[in-house]
Amino acid sequence: MSRETRAMQDDDATGPAVLTLLDGEALWGKLGCTGCHGDAKDSMKGVAARYPALVAGKLVSLEQQVRHRNPALAYESRELLALSAYVARQSKGMPITIAGHTQSLIESGRALFHRKQGQLNLACAQCHDDNWGKKLAGTPIPQAHPTGYPIYRLEWQGMGSLTRRFRNCFTGMRAEPYAHGAPELVELELYLMWRARGMPMDAPAVRP
Amino acid sequence: MARVVVNLPAEAKKGEVIEIRTLAGHAMETGFRRTQLGELIPRDIIRSLVCTYNGVEVFRAELHPAVAANPLVTFTTVATESGTLEFRWTGDNGYSASHTASIKVV
Repeated sequence: MSRETRAMQDDDATGPAVLTLLDGEALWGKLGCTGCHGDAKDSMKGVAARYPALVAGKLVSLEQQVRHRNPALAYESRELLALSAYVARQSKGMPITIAGHTQSLIESGRALFHRKQGQLNLACAQCHDDNWGKKLAGTPIPQAHPTGYPIYRLEWQGMGSLTRRFRNCFTGMRAEPYAHGAPELVELELYLMWRARGMPMDAPAVRP
Repeated sequence: MARVVVNLPAEAKKGEVIEIRTLAGHAMETGFRRTQLGELIPRDIIRSLVCTYNGVEVFRAELHPAVAANPLVTFTTVATESGTLEFRWTGDNGYSASHTASIKVV
C-alpha cells in the first residue's frame, strides 16, 4: 500500500470511508439494532475480528450476520455495507481470532484457494502465494490478508465487501463467480481470515 | 442522502492561516460511462462548492466530470474574526447540500 493510500485510510476526519461510517451509525439506530445490542461501540467491540463464525451450526460471514434481522438488506447494497463497516470499525486494531470447530471448513476454503479453475486455469495461490509482491496490471499483488473489509476501493470509487473482491478475482481468471452469500465464498473467507490470524483489523480500509 | 463532512479548527489566533477540509458524499457519475446494454449513463456531478466567511465569499471551486467520487476539497483561509463559515455544494439534478461551522478567533 502506498504512502498516499495509507494517509487516506488513517484520516479519521475526512477519509473516504467516513461517510459510510456515519451512514452505518445512523442505520444502527434506525433499524433498531440498539434494541438488542445497545451501543455498538461496546457490544460490537472485537466482533468482526471473529468472523466468519459458526452461528447455529452454520458458517456465516460478517455481512450475513449483520443482515440476520433484516434479510431485505441486499448484498452489496449501500445500507448493508455501511452497517457492516460500522460494526467492523469497532474492532479496529484488534487481532483476528478464528476459533471454534471450524477446522474442516478451513480445509474446504484451503482446497478452493489451491484449486485451478477458469479458462486461464489459475488457482488463487498462484498469484497470492507464489507471486505476491510482484505486480499485476501495474498494482502490487497482496498476500490475501483480508484485514480491512468492507473496503473503500479507489478503483470502485466506493465501498465493497470481500465477496465483491472474490468475484472480481474469479472474473479475472475467467471462472464462473459464485453468487453473493454462497457457502464456498464464506469458506474461502474463513480460510483467508485464518491465514491472517493475529493481524490487526483495520476495517474499513482504503485500497487502490 | 446528501451527507457532507467539514473539518476545521474550532479556535484560531487572529491572522492565522487555517486549513479547511470538506468531504461530500456523491457518486460523481461522469456521463461518459455506458451500461452493459450500451446506453449512456447521464452525467450526475457536483458542479460547485462555495464557502462564505461571515457572509464574505472566501473560496469557490468548480468541479468537473474528471473529479473522483466523494470529492475531498481542502483549502486555507485567514482567520480574521469569530463567526460562521457556510459551505454550499450544488450540482446536477437539483443536488444541493450545505453545512455551517463556527470558529472562535482569539
